[in-house]
Amino acid sequence: MKPVTRRKFMTAGIAATVGVAGVAVADRLARRYGLLPPDDGGIYGPGETLTYAAQRILGRHALAREFPRSMISATPFLNPVAPPSDAFKRSQASGFSDWRLAVDGMVAHPGSFSMADLKSMGTRSQITEVACEEGWSYIAEWIGTPLRDVLQEVGVHPQARYVAYFSIDHDWWDSMDMGDALHPQTLLTWGMNDEDLPVGFGGPLRMRVPRQLGYKNVKYITRLTVTDSMKGIRDGLGSAAPAGGYSWYAGI
Amino acid sequence: MGVPMRQRSWTCYAARVSTTAPIAKSAAPRHAAVVRVTHWLTVIAFFALLISGMEIVISHPRFYWGEVGNVNTQPAFVIPIPSSRGSVPTGYKFEMPDENGWSRYLHFEAAWLLVLTGLVYVVYGLGTGHFRRNLAPARGERSWRDYRDVLRKTLRREKTDAAEAHTYNAVQRATYLVVIFGLIPLVIWTGLAMSPAFTAAMPWVVEALGGRQTARTLHFFVSWALVLFVVVHVTMISMAGFRSRMRAMVTGRAAAREGA
Repeated sequence: MKPVTRRKFMTAGIAATVGVAGVAVADRLARRYGLLPPDDGGIYGPGETLTYAAQRILGRHALAREFPRSMISATPFLNPVAPPSDAFKRSQASGFSDWRLAVDGMVAHPGSFSMADLKSMGTRSQITEVACEEGWSYIAEWIGTPLRDVLQEVGVHPQARYVAYFSIDHDWWDSMDMGDALHPQTLLTWGMNDEDLPVGFGGPLRMRVPRQLGYKNVKYITRLTVTDSMKGIRDGLGSAAPAGGYSWYAGI
Repeated sequence: MGVPMRQRSWTCYAARVSTTAPIAKSAAPRHAAVVRVTHWLTVIAFFALLISGMEIVISHPRFYWGEVGNVNTQPAFVIPIPSSRGSVPTGYKFEMPDENGWSRYLHFEAAWLLVLTGLVYVVYGLGTGHFRRNLAPARGERSWRDYRDVLRKTLRREKTDAAEAHTYNAVQRATYLVVIFGLIPLVIWTGLAMSPAFTAAMPWVVEALGGRQTARTLHFFVSWALVLFVVVHVTMISMAGFRSRMRAMVTGRAAAREGA
């Protein structure tokens, strides 16, 4: 083994110092610009943070790909979910006339909206692909009220950073950052392929986040919470997904 | 493995002395430190990606061409294994455990390791002339006959000279270039083409391939091409003398007197 020369030693020392300082600066910048995902801890934290930060820097306002009507899948795959609760069945029996979407948290006017209220706020339709983390996908036309119209209606506080969304099934919830929440393609979806959204596909109300994978598109939405931190909500990881082993950010 | 193994060492490192790279008898290492470190980081990333990738495939062992594909559409081919999802018709009565969560976390973290390591390696290789000197076809070894000669000697297990331990032959150079500048960029590209956020920012990444499901199927094929490379690579190293080759890639020192 050759002796370590002074030059080598000093070069290594400078490289190590620059490396440590670089990581510290990167961490500070990531915090300031909101580039850390809620599940940034643990052995997979660095990978998650790099993925989330890179995607946010790359295209905060980019639109998910939209497709011509001719590409709508004739046989979209209906991904089975747990059997509906009694509360869901009661609402279904009434044609979801009593379905409500509650909005609370960091908003000026917390409120609760019926399906008719939502439909009167604004309508947007888009033909986008649902891609599951398992690998399958289909294209459908999704019709709904942009989430940002609802957020404008209730008046979001400027320090808000996330919107958590909850299914009627207590254990099924998720959240997204304001970049996705205010994104024009993020829809509180109530229609699919010119029909009411079928129950199997999440009707009466499903969150549609086309820049993320299927599992962020939670079905049977009943409540939104606007917040500046995921720490105080449930397990603090921003979603039911990390507890089940899945990452919070699903844009990849 | 002792002496007999060393005596049978011919192939892995060059059938011919490169005319552009005279053999250094000095203390110059067989592999530079950057090459050694990035090599082993790539090994770690590769196996993490392979294992997690196989787990992800198990959740939907069907492949399609085009933009969309699911159990209601015609697959291009199906891998005849049980799935970790009950919704996939496989013909098997049982379901594999769902390992997609950690597999996806690991897959993308390892992908970052591969990409960042690759960037360091490529910048180093361009900056120091490593690619030009060690991997570009050596002068006087650029005809088809040179490739054929190497393959013939390898297949006949002919003995070659001691210079082998210090340079790469024509076939090795071509193979490493295809892996470094072909297969690995392709596997990264086809992987990114499956990211809904990345393809929102850069739709051409998936459109140039012909759709999301085509990207997934190509990702699968390129991965197996890389596995094939690793199998051949390790086989050749074992034939040439596993211990001396490992020592060269770990410590940097070639086994000078062994002729290995």
